[in-house]
Amino acid sequence: MTLTPVLSRQWGEPRSWTLDVYESGGGYAGLKKALAVDPADVRRMVQDSGLRGRGGAGFPTAVKWGFLPPDDGGSRYLVVNADESEPGACKDVPLLMASPHLVLEGAAIAAYATGVHRVFIYLRGEVLHAHRRLLKAIEEARSKGYLGTNVMTSGYEIDVTLHAGAGAYICGEETALLSSLEGFRGQPRLRPPYPAVEGLYSRPTVVNNVETIASLPGILTWGTDWFRSWGTKASPGHALFSVSGHVSKPGQYEAPLGITLRELIKAAGGMRPGHQLKFWTPGGASSEILTAKHLDIPLDYEAVDEAGSSLGTRGVQVFDETTCVVRAVSRWIDFYRHESCGKCTPCREGTSWLSDALRRIERGKGTKADVDRLVTTCESIRGRSLCALGDGATMTVVSSIERFESEYRAHLRGRGCPFDPRETMYLPSAAGKGGA
Amino acid sequence: MSYSDETRARLDKDAKAILARYPKRRSAILPLLHLVQSEDGYVSPDGIDFCADVLDLPMPEVSAVATFHTQFRRRPGGDYHVGVCTNTLCACMGGDAIWEALRDHIGVEDGGTTRDGTVTLERLECNAACDYAPVVMVNWEFFDGQTPESVKGLIDDLRAGREVRPTRGADRVCTFREASRILAGFSDGHADEGPSAGPASLAGLQAEADGRKETP
Repeated sequence: MTLTPVLSRQWGEPRSWTLDVYESGGGYAGLKKALAVDPADVRRMVQDSGLRGRGGAGFPTAVKWGFLPPDDGGSRYLVVNADESEPGACKDVPLLMASPHLVLEGAAIAAYATGVHRVFIYLRGEVLHAHRRLLKAIEEARSKGYLGTNVMTSGYEIDVTLHAGAGAYICGEETALLSSLEGFRGQPRLRPPYPAVEGLYSRPTVVNNVETIASLPGILTWGTDWFRSWGTKASPGHALFSVSGHVSKPGQYEAPLGITLRELIKAAGGMRPGHQLKFWTPGGASSEILTAKHLDIPLDYEAVDEAGSSLGTRGVQVFDETTCVVRAVSRWIDFYRHESCGKCTPCREGTSWLSDALRRIERGKGTKADVDRLVTTCESIRGRSLCALGDGATMTVVSSIERFESEYRAHLRGRGCPFDPRETMYLPSAAGKGGA
Repeated sequence: MSYSDETRARLDKDAKAILARYPKRRSAILPLLHLVQSEDGYVSPDGIDFCADVLDLPMPEVSAVATFHTQFRRRPGGDYHVGVCTNTLCACMGGDAIWEALRDHIGVEDGGTTRDGTVTLERLECNAACDYAPVVMVNWEFFDGQTPESVKGLIDDLRAGREVRPTRGADRVCTFREASRILAGFSDGHADEGPSAGPASLAGLQAEADGRKETP
């Protein structure tokens, strides 16, 4: 098993967030290399690297950039999506807290490559210290000429603005994010036109996830062969896997795409002592749940798709045999009900119906008809809304019924939940202690 | 609007700095609403009026955005906004037990504020710290790996005015108003406090180092 700390390589150093420490680790060398060549050469390198978006969809980054229309002399924008809020995803926030300059360097590289001079970082509001660190890093980078009117004496101008969200999962969806950044309610827009063509203020806009952006300095510094030496042909490179739940050492495990859950659990010190894996999500609450049968599937975009789920944000939530699958799914659906923006009826109403039925079943007040209704409601939600939130809500519902139907049945007709919630409680030893 | 001239002048100065960050005025609405919370502790009618005035928008347009977001309080709240994550992962790991213990301990429901005005309690959705579950937030600072007992102690400290230190954050928790000012984009000078990363964030690095030791 290989772990590949690249983005996380400096997290263990004291004051890793400062420019001094970042520079001492070779920071801003990638930007320097980028500025020495034509933007088209930078784009080609990113294309050759095979980097795919790390925000969930896995879309090739260079292809996304390639949708930008030719320069018409007007403004165009880069928006870094730091609205991390998918249940299970917890990689971008520690990255921003420990290595904000890695994100700024990547943003500068992406801006240069795409002909952008204005960058916005849309960071969820509920992570105060990440805001402090990023505000400071932007000031530092400006004062040392890594950002500003003459980036590293290249004559190229890049201005970065940190923008705080205010609590809304939907603002992680790129068109909703842009609506929110324009000052409207964060509701998704019909696509096409895609943001690359008509994004922020109806101008060409690139929206990339924090981790995607942070992967650029390494590609520029060490090259595409280096990047492609990890992962698979179609899913190359390193990626942060956020392992949480009933393992001995939950945490961030940076590994090549294609690592397996078995390897991740081993790295995480095994399941909590005396317990076995029951189900897990490869990509947060918006991915179908998998079981111990799937311990050895390579965690890359293709193989996870083939197994009937999706890699998503690599929010790997691990649950052992003490966990009630109905309770887990019910709570996830409460989340979607709460976070549906309300624009599309199938999602707005459908998530409420799902939530009502699941709560009934969990309390022992459900019937077989409720379980059937879950399935038909999911069918009515899927593919019928503007964005993927509604679709995402259905993933754990359908897959849990497929894989644990008997457990649903065990709750019906007044029987209620056969599990003791106290038994699922677990505080891994490292969770609450101080760090580096 | 009932802000004093002095307050209005101060807010205008901040608003000017916020507006300067954006190519279009309306984009400043979220930071302006955070600014209003830093003044009033919630999105007050005066605050809505102020934003509408600065942005040259009708008040309902400002309200429509404010009510879309969970971080904007619609009524006055405590100096300390305490959030307990009860999304699936945290709930299973102990979040539900923490929530129940806390609710009973201070006698308020979701969204309620203690009588002494110090603590507002809220059930949270995922706060991007699942590897530190169960997670509690105070004014959007992380309190990782909590238990019902530890959180009761935390609340008692907050209510008694004792300094409280997050697990990954500034040296002490600031007030809700101070936190809101940071979200409006104004640094408070505490970025250099706290660890680079917590232990769970470093778990992969540790495992990699251990692996290298085993295979020389």
